Amino acid sequence: MKFTWFNLMPWPYLPDDFREKHRSVWVDIDQRLFDPEKSNAVYNTYMDLLEYADTLGFDGIGVNEHHQNGYGIMPSPNIIAAGLARRTKNAALVVLGNSIALYNPPVRVAEEFAMLDCISGGRLVAGFPVGTSMDTNYCYGQIPALTREKYAEAHELIKRAWTERDPFAFNGRYNKLRHVNIWPRPIQQPMPPVHIPGGGSVETYDFCIDNTYSYSYLSFSGYLRAQALMDGYWRRVEERGAPDKSPYRAGFAQTICVAETDEEAERLYWPHVSYFYNRCLHVYPGFADAPGYRTIKTIQTGALSQYAPPRGGYTQLTWKDLVEGGHVIAGSPETVRQRLEELAKGLHVGNIFCLMHVGDMPAEKCMYSTKLFAEKVMPKLRNVFPEFADDGRFWIHPMNKRAVPGSLGPEVTTAPGAPARTPIPAE
Amino acid sequence: MQSKTVQTRHAPVRYLEGGAGEPLVFFHGAGGMTENDPILAELSSRFHVYAPFIPGYGETEECESMRDMLDFALHGWDVVEALGLKNPILVGHSMGGMIAAEMAALAPNDVSRLALICPAGLWLDDHPIVDMFSLMPYEMPKYLFHDPEKGAAAMTSGLDMSDPKFLQTYLVRNARQLGMAGKLLFPIPDRGLAERLYRVKAKTVIVWGESDKMIPPVYGPAFQKAIAGSKLVNVPEAGHMVVMEQPGAVLKAVESVA
Repeated sequence: MKFTWFNLMPWPYLPDDFREKHRSVWVDIDQRLFDPEKSNAVYNTYMDLLEYADTLGFDGIGVNEHHQNGYGIMPSPNIIAAGLARRTKNAALVVLGNSIALYNPPVRVAEEFAMLDCISGGRLVAGFPVGTSMDTNYCYGQIPALTREKYAEAHELIKRAWTERDPFAFNGRYNKLRHVNIWPRPIQQPMPPVHIPGGGSVETYDFCIDNTYSYSYLSFSGYLRAQALMDGYWRRVEERGAPDKSPYRAGFAQTICVAETDEEAERLYWPHVSYFYNRCLHVYPGFADAPGYRTIKTIQTGALSQYAPPRGGYTQLTWKDLVEGGHVIAGSPETVRQRLEELAKGLHVGNIFCLMHVGDMPAEKCMYSTKLFAEKVMPKLRNVFPEFADDGRFWIHPMNKRAVPGSLGPEVTTAPGAPARTPIPAE
Repeated sequence: MQSKTVQTRHAPVRYLEGGAGEPLVFFHGAGGMTENDPILAELSSRFHVYAPFIPGYGETEECESMRDMLDFALHGWDVVEALGLKNPILVGHSMGGMIAAEMAALAPNDVSRLALICPAGLWLDDHPIVDMFSLMPYEMPKYLFHDPEKGAAAMTSGLDMSDPKFLQTYLVRNARQLGMAGKLLFPIPDRGLAERLYRVKAKTVIVWGESDKMIPPVYGPAFQKAIAGSKLVNVPEAGHMVVMEQPGAVLKAVESVA
């Protein structure tokens, strides 16, 4: 199993009456609710938490891209990942990901991801989401019915830019480039492992299967509600004639809160879970799904946007509802272990994106939960899929001997003109 | 009206045909068209009406190879050609008006009479057009109709929004129709028409519902100014759906250029 500690980076100061006074946390969220000076501490705390997860042995630390969004203040995950690349040692940098249809030209993603891979010594997991309709269509103005075609072209361009060794011309519909020749290129060969966030589109299943990418279902409604969707994916893996059903072909995002006991978990975490479901997911339904964004085939299979809230909304849901319904896996280490094992086996997923910072959770609670998870849950779940232990297709392959950031020392002791150390580390 | 199909390069095109007189091609708006639309009855009382469905509308499939304004405008001419018509009167409502205007700008010598009914296609910074794509269905009537209550009743008559099977059909239809419309209208319904309207040579009438809250009536003078010699008719007690609320007034305006 691969555990990635994921931070959505919610804005923790949405007011109590946010639902009543504001129509949406996303797209047209009130500018005045963002306080730039407060964000200084928020950003740095969130990055500290990601770095903390690295010290505890999580396999990966994860970031993602959202725009004009009160629960995700990361329009550029690459900026966060660059900071993390310098201050973390072993964890994969899971950037899940860059909405490649939004970058003009998309070689920008090939370049920035290559930089992250180079700086981190080959620790990048690259994610290529289509992007939500809120981000892609309503914030970034992409025409809904053309988004997927543009995405597909961007993917082809990035893949070629990473893997071809000579300059080439790219005559796309959306990108006309006479000289594609990225510099730098990634350490991991032929390219970094790729994870694709999806929400039930058949086309995305096929795309992952055909390219040997891992399919990630990033849901906030928990593992019990994900069963039908993931079953559909695995059925498709079989139909498409993939050579294996490795659980690492799939990932799943799950909100997780650990305490000493189940009761303590409710007491410590309920306010923050409630903050997330009631304020952070308060999205105006008109932004959930621009017509044309989802393919007809996908709508016909009945996959509706997860941003369409459940009947009655989340406000009606209690801690008990959320925990029993699997939206949140919370409780003692043993409770969490049991449920996560159920999740992994039930959905047949090897990559778990652990949403361990929830809503407006303060750092110390988050660290408490994270530490308990790392010490008392993670070790017991390492070997859920022993027969696929060697499957390295969906995970990083870092260099063995990596540069140590910040190793120049504080002082310049040599005369100008003579380098403080050789620019290339000595073997 | 009779429902027929004609083949074009991009797609088989379903169209409604009826009436007698001079040939007139009617292009519907983003909301689509049905054979019972009052505007078709009105127009076919005086003209030989051909009303093609844009691919994606009227039970037809969306068309992936039509991507931008030029594709849609040339497709419009492909339809005219396939119908075997020469210099028909071109009439378009809303998105259809945008298409008809673009057709007339592209081929000014092939169209001598043009009627634009609350057309899309221009953008005035001081008068932003509502983002129709993010509207919930229940919010639509107040933007579309002079009398929203009556309009809402007409829009939802016979529909059961709580039936999940209906809902899925509705979502598919909406995705097909507005997915295609989005290629011209999303996120801002401006594809450069303002820079091409000077080419229009047709005798042109512009019709606007005085209570239009979708594309406010201030856009009428903007069109009129851009098309030399055009005239503007403002219709009282009508909103953006002037074609439903005052079809007689629309017919009268069309007759004035025919």
